[in-house]
Amino acid sequence: MTPEAELVGSSGRHVAGKELALALLFLVPAMLLLVVWLVYPVVFTVVRSLFDAAGGSFIGLENYGEMFTNDSTLTAIKNNAVWVVVGPTLVTAVGLVFAVLTERIPFDRAFKAIVFMPMAISFLASGVIFRLVYESDPDRGVLNAMVTAVEDVFREPGRYPGGRPVDPEQLTVEGDGFISDALFSTGDTAELGLIGIRPALVDEEAQPAEVPAPPSDGLSGVVWLDFTAGGGSERGVIDAGEVGLVGVNIEAVSADGSVAGRASTDDAGRFLIDGLDPGEYRLRLTGSAFREPFGGYEWLGPTLVTPAVIGSFIWIWAGFAMVLIAAGLAAIPRETMEAARVDGANEWQVFQRVTVPLLRPVLLVVLVTLVINVLKIFDLVLIIPPGSVQDDATVLALEMWRVSFGGAQDQGLGSALGVFLFLLVLPAMAFNLRRFRAEEQ
Amino acid sequence: MRSPMRFNRLLATLFALVLLAAACGSDDDGGDGDTTTTGGDGAAVDLTGQSVEVAAIWSGDEQERFEAVLDGFEEATGATVAYSSTGDDIAAVLGTSIAGGSPPDVAILPQPGLLSDLAGQGALVEIQDAAGALVDSNYAPVWRDLGSVDGTLYGVWFKAANKSTVWYNVGAFGDAGVEPPETWDDFLAVLQALSDAGIPPLSVAGADGWTLTDWFENVYLRTAGADSYDALVAHEIPWTDDTVVTALETLAEAFTADFLADGSSAALQTDFPTSVTNTYSDPPGAGVVYEGDFVAGVISDETTAVLGTDADFFPFPSIDGSPSSVVGGGDVAVLLADTEAGNELIKYLASAEAAEIWAGLGGFTSPNQGVDSSIYPDAITARSAEALTAAEVFRFDLSDLQPSAFGGTVGSGLFKQFQDFLGDTTSIAAVTGDMEASAAAAF
Repeated sequence: MTPEAELVGSSGRHVAGKELALALLFLVPAMLLLVVWLVYPVVFTVVRSLFDAAGGSFIGLENYGEMFTNDSTLTAIKNNAVWVVVGPTLVTAVGLVFAVLTERIPFDRAFKAIVFMPMAISFLASGVIFRLVYESDPDRGVLNAMVTAVEDVFREPGRYPGGRPVDPEQLTVEGDGFISDALFSTGDTAELGLIGIRPALVDEEAQPAEVPAPPSDGLSGVVWLDFTAGGGSERGVIDAGEVGLVGVNIEAVSADGSVAGRASTDDAGRFLIDGLDPGEYRLRLTGSAFREPFGGYEWLGPTLVTPAVIGSFIWIWAGFAMVLIAAGLAAIPRETMEAARVDGANEWQVFQRVTVPLLRPVLLVVLVTLVINVLKIFDLVLIIPPGSVQDDATVLALEMWRVSFGGAQDQGLGSALGVFLFLLVLPAMAFNLRRFRAEEQ
Repeated sequence: MRSPMRFNRLLATLFALVLLAAACGSDDDGGDGDTTTTGGDGAAVDLTGQSVEVAAIWSGDEQERFEAVLDGFEEATGATVAYSSTGDDIAAVLGTSIAGGSPPDVAILPQPGLLSDLAGQGALVEIQDAAGALVDSNYAPVWRDLGSVDGTLYGVWFKAANKSTVWYNVGAFGDAGVEPPETWDDFLAVLQALSDAGIPPLSVAGADGWTLTDWFENVYLRTAGADSYDALVAHEIPWTDDTVVTALETLAEAFTADFLADGSSAALQTDFPTSVTNTYSDPPGAGVVYEGDFVAGVISDETTAVLGTDADFFPFPSIDGSPSSVVGGGDVAVLLADTEAGNELIKYLASAEAAEIWAGLGGFTSPNQGVDSSIYPDAITARSAEALTAAEVFRFDLSDLQPSAFGGTVGSGLFKQFQDFLGDTTSIAAVTGDMEASAAAAF
């Protein structure tokens, strides 16, 4: 009995007759969907990329030429390269660490569930979450709130940030603080007015500013806020209602630059540096009072935006890597690791020499899947960076969308970008397919 | 034991067929409505059972107010209206839906440039029959021109905005002892006084490029004059022209590190609503914020400041003796699908009733002359509406008149180039060069 048609499977088994008909019946719907939704769009895109923006005239490979000379595309390619190199590696590494560390701890399932949970949220929602986390204003962005809290512990912000001399010729900027240009002789009284200080920062117990009595040996003076609410005050003169600034540290600097004496202003802004040798000194207002509070880093600025978005990618996908690697880990025979330990290897050597090599197939699968994923990254890069840094954070998929559906509506160029992205993903896909085939045999 | 096998096989076959049928079957939405009673002139048309899709850029508070307007339409006609917000990138969202063959029935565009782009693509339905009469009777001729392409009427202007209003924190001005300025030099002096008082002077929404284009247009209209403005709109003079450079240099006088609250990099991360709430926070995060009269809507919804007592505006200062000028914006309603409900909605939006609903809620100015000006909820809105109509020189927002690839796309074109300028106000030569290159590509 010769069958009219037969299929030969990869295992060498012949399928014919009724079995063949049944097999085709199952395959046809899937093949139909594949042709309509995969093969046709790919062919259409390749053809469309050879036409101009409106789709009317044939321009050959001009779109591809324009693609590679366009600044945005080159930035996108560069960013994609960074993503591909950094993203999958870090995610796999983090997943590996989590998988190994949670191997046999109590509540390991609960921990794994928590780490895996970001995969359950829509990636767009995760993007919105991270946009809020990366806000540069410490009052709104979680990350900067933590950073500034830590910074403030080590570097206390000044009492009067933003304060500056009312007369720039009297005091010049020196680092965070100010130093006087003029020299003061012992027995002089200095009047140092400052402005630019928020009314809320002035001490509630501040007294009206008063010029102190001239000292016998030393320098005295007053530091006050030369501004009254409502304006109209005279600059350089202590008007009624103007208060002294407490807590400003003053130093008397002698001609050779050394500090001869120190003092701090009292409630009325007065200070007295006594015990000075007769002579001339410059007065320095140290920066301790004027240091601006640390504003946090600009996570979504042009330099840090790609690492920031990659960070959110890691948060989302680490759980996926962890779960796959944990499964692979469970399949490793324990005896090998025990044998290594018996031979005197410590945990790190066991991990490095035994666990990781045995996990290689799983790690490879995870890595390649993530590489394919990362090449196509779009939603995170659309949501997290604000419009002003979109140019710096752009990736190929986002470029394709911007060019095709943004104001320019250039679908020819967009199709060319799509084809380019497709070509970039193909090697990774081919690699994966070969591994699956090899595993089958 | 062959029976169970055969039964299983049968079940499997049936299952496969069902899957195939489901995959091939299409999901047809109900077609357009059935019989309607066409009322006489002015009477509401019965559109029960019909649905209309509307898309606009409004979200948040503006969305709620617009939905109140749509509710009025639903009550009058019985149709169901579905509103979707597209966010600032309406060109991209509409482009995708038009290319996909399922655009909304009515869209409200913030830029005439986008209107001409869509009309050029053949995506718009002309509305002379639906709303032509209303437009002629209720609107000044300039609005018909702005809504037409090559003489054919495509859009009716639903919302107008006076974009020459500078908003300030009254308390902050009191503390600093300054009055609202009338000239640019006074304005810079006010900013300096605020800085001396320890109040961060100026809040600029740099994350949204469109606010920066509005800054530029007001300065340009005053430094270069209306004729140069028109020439720049039509790209008859290049963006590297001296008038543009002068305007940017003038603007740089306000965009200094001393005046920008928290500096330029923070400004580049601040979006429009945040720039307003910063100005009216307690203590004030800034003394002055500039944008159009729709700031009033954000103030009343998002802050505790009271319009008139805590928050007020002054007209954009004149520069070197320029006449009172207003740069205006607006939103135009266009028809994308020639359905009966869509046509009726366009007609409704051209009427005074629709405008009065939103006008009564605040944060809205209507170019419709049929709107009774006493409907505006407060003196502030009435003042800005009057300023709009009474200005000696009125021009439409320049960036909105450009092709949207150049003047209206997030992250590229003018939006991006002004953001580059804000980041480094000394880079005028590079920025104008980029602008001219983008303009040349778009025109």
